[in-house]
Amino acid sequence: MKIEIIVAVIVLVFTAQFIYVSSTTNAEFGGADGQAEGVIEELTGGTYEPIASPFWEPPSGEIESLLFALQAAIGALVIGYFFGYYRGRNKSNEQEFVKPGN
Amino acid sequence: MHIMEGFLPGPWWQIWFAVSLPVILYGIHKLNRMMEVKRDLLPLLAVAGAYIFVLSSLKLPSVTGSCSHPTGTGMAAILFGPAISAVLSMIVLLYQSLFLAHGGLTTLGANVFSMGIAGPVIAFVIYRTGMKAGLNFYFTVFLATAMADMATYLITSLELALAFPAQAGGILASFQAFAAVFAITQLPLAVIEGAITALIFKYVIQIRGDVLVKLNVIGEAGLRRIKEAAA
Repeated sequence: MKIEIIVAVIVLVFTAQFIYVSSTTNAEFGGADGQAEGVIEELTGGTYEPIASPFWEPPSGEIESLLFALQAAIGALVIGYFFGYYRGRNKSNEQEFVKPGN
Repeated sequence: MHIMEGFLPGPWWQIWFAVSLPVILYGIHKLNRMMEVKRDLLPLLAVAGAYIFVLSSLKLPSVTGSCSHPTGTGMAAILFGPAISAVLSMIVLLYQSLFLAHGGLTTLGANVFSMGIAGPVIAFVIYRTGMKAGLNFYFTVFLATAMADMATYLITSLELALAFPAQAGGILASFQAFAAVFAITQLPLAVIEGAITALIFKYVIQIRGDVLVKLNVIGEAGLRRIKEAAA
């Protein structure tokens, strides 16, 4: 249980940090990638032209979150499936070991 | 952390492709061999890949008032080594660059290098060194994966700095400028990533501790010790 508690505390501290920052500042919580773009603009004096642009961009913020959520869901599904599979398999193995003794 | 489409001028995007390609090819070769001899590792490989999928989709708010996401590559690196982690990362980076306009195809080589190669190498080295030094298993996992997360962003800063040296101060000055954007934002996220990965490892040990021994991640004696400590 010890690790679970430590992780829970870290997540709580992280959440508190977010609530604090978001309520005391006007931070926009934009992506750090976009900020890097700003730094490039500063460094080059705004002369840099991207050499390529994406083939396709999500048409709206909603579609973008949909695809991000899909990415997370696929990942979580795979993790949950195999963890559950192994857990069940280990359990049924244990039961088989017990049976002959009954 | 991904460098956006078009934001690395020549010759840099070609250089990072050239650096990453051999590692990817070696990783694919390693994967093929592993699948031939140890097919039962496939589920764990899928979990490691899925973990990268989940973590790199979570954009988290940080102390700097901007958002960034963890990488999730440390787990794959500890289990399967950096080359296979590079292949798994490339799959995620492709998904994000094709469907989310996040990262890009021209910058794929550079992003594979920072997220799929540099981070995992750091995780692998720290993990092996920590275990040899007899550090606590979970603490070592925490340290290795958190540092891999940080390393990814520092290398991204370096890649950008090399391509965009500042007129005053050159590469070092622009590295500081990029690192200021990425590194502080990333610090709390790296701590979270390390902690959660350590927790996931606890469950992996519970359900398939034998596989970790097979993969040479821990020794028989080490596994027994960890399991006894948990009991």
